Amino acid sequence: MSVATIFEIVLAAVVLGLGIWTTAVRETYSATVGFVAYGLLVALIWVRLDAVDVALTEAAIGGGLGGVLLLGAAARLRNVEPMATEVPGRLTRASAATLSVLIAAALAGAVLLLPSSVSTLAPIVVAHAWATGLTNPVTNVLMAFRAMDTMLEKVVLLLAIVGVWSLAPDSVWGGHPGPRHRADPYGVLVFLARLLPPVGIVVGVYILWTSADHPGGAFQGGAILASMWLLAIMAGLTDTPPVSSRRLRFILVAGPGLFLVVGLGGLWLGAAFLAYPPAQAKPLILGIEIAMILTIAITLGLLLAGAPERSAKR
Amino acid sequence: MNDFLTAAVGWILVMLALGLVSILRGPGDTDRMMAAQLIGTGGIAALLLLGTVTGVPAAADVALTLALLATFASIAFVKKGLSSLEADGTEPAEDK
Amino acid sequence: MSLLGDIITIAAVSAGAFFFLAGTVGLLRFPDTLTRLHALTKADNLGLGLVVVGLLPQTGSLRDGLKLISIWLLVLLAGASVSQLIARTARQGETTR
Repeated sequence: MSVATIFEIVLAAVVLGLGIWTTAVRETYSATVGFVAYGLLVALIWVRLDAVDVALTEAAIGGGLGGVLLLGAAARLRNVEPMATEVPGRLTRASAATLSVLIAAALAGAVLLLPSSVSTLAPIVVAHAWATGLTNPVTNVLMAFRAMDTMLEKVVLLLAIVGVWSLAPDSVWGGHPGPRHRADPYGVLVFLARLLPPVGIVVGVYILWTSADHPGGAFQGGAILASMWLLAIMAGLTDTPPVSSRRLRFILVAGPGLFLVVGLGGLWLGAAFLAYPPAQAKPLILGIEIAMILTIAITLGLLLAGAPERSAKR
Repeated sequence: MNDFLTAAVGWILVMLALGLVSILRGPGDTDRMMAAQLIGTGGIAALLLLGTVTGVPAAADVALTLALLATFASIAFVKKGLSSLEADGTEPAEDK
Repeated sequence: MSLLGDIITIAAVSAGAFFFLAGTVGLLRFPDTLTRLHALTKADNLGLGLVVVGLLPQTGSLRDGLKLISIWLLVLLAGASVSQLIARTARQGETTR
């Protein structure tokens, strides 16, 4: 067995073991930590499979932001956990186990029965890179060839935010999400929250900029920007904005809005909805991505901040 | 060279796994907070080595992202874990 | 020249791997949270630094080398600050129990 194979077996074993532990452990806090660790390790697997764009998204969303979202939910449940006296009955647990085993078997069968040679569109995508002037095929697919899907995904994010805000009680409607954090202004947390966000902002913008020719993207960059914003909020350096703020709402719709405007422009002036003329493709895509990274950063930050808890009137 | 670097990645992964076992078996929440730190440092080392082995220079970008997000996750763990040491869901104590 | 680079890579990465081992042994064997935190951050950060030094001869350009070094500096900063916060949490936990 070559060294590479042994390494892959070790990696798979570690990830599997961590996954099993995360599922089996009792306390929610420990399970959340296990989930974050699992997400960060799966990013390693993606790099091994040569899917670096997916690895970036896994590290940013699965590892960082998704784990913190679960942590917030677990913290809210902590007060409720002792009161949950209803234990699922035997029949429920047996059915759940059978269903899980069947799904796992179906997935395993699907993977094992994959045909050895698959007809793929990848060479066609690479051959058509001239249409946008970008050389990263993932960016080409996301922003040009299947731009409709990307635009609708951003609309889905908007709907998610509306759903989260609808959980606010009537008395604090339109207020600030989350508690007001405080920390010692001369302490370590504030020090880190002052030093790290400028670096994080540069990295986030870099990840967006490099997505033209190398792995990256607006979504990953936006996730990094969101985490830096949340860091400043957690250190008490800034407060969450009131959700009734017009400027906030404008930024939230700016991304999908610009996408829609460009799409309709393509319909009116060009060949089809979301068609870019090849000469202006790169600046158009860049403009849309800049609007999108701001929208994504604000949206992800607000999703993690939660529903409004404090009134906007102070 | 490639074989040596691949073996180094495997070695770091095994160290990561052993460290995780120790942390996840630890008695309290404070031990779990170290998990994000451990994964962050070990994962970055593994990613940088892997990037050189497979010839994917963009792995360094993933390592950069991992550094920032693992730090963010660690701080969130500390902040949220702090409340579990309080009586109930009152305002967390000042972080020094 | 490339032979010298390869020798540096093998030596530095081996030393880095040794420090990762030292950190993990500390994590497994030290008695309480504070000492284990110390083993984790100090040994692993040094291990990462040596791995970065080892990979510098293998990078193609100055820019890639600078990127590696700045990743290490970022991890040092973040590791130092976060371990301070975790340590204070551990200390507070000890006094309230």
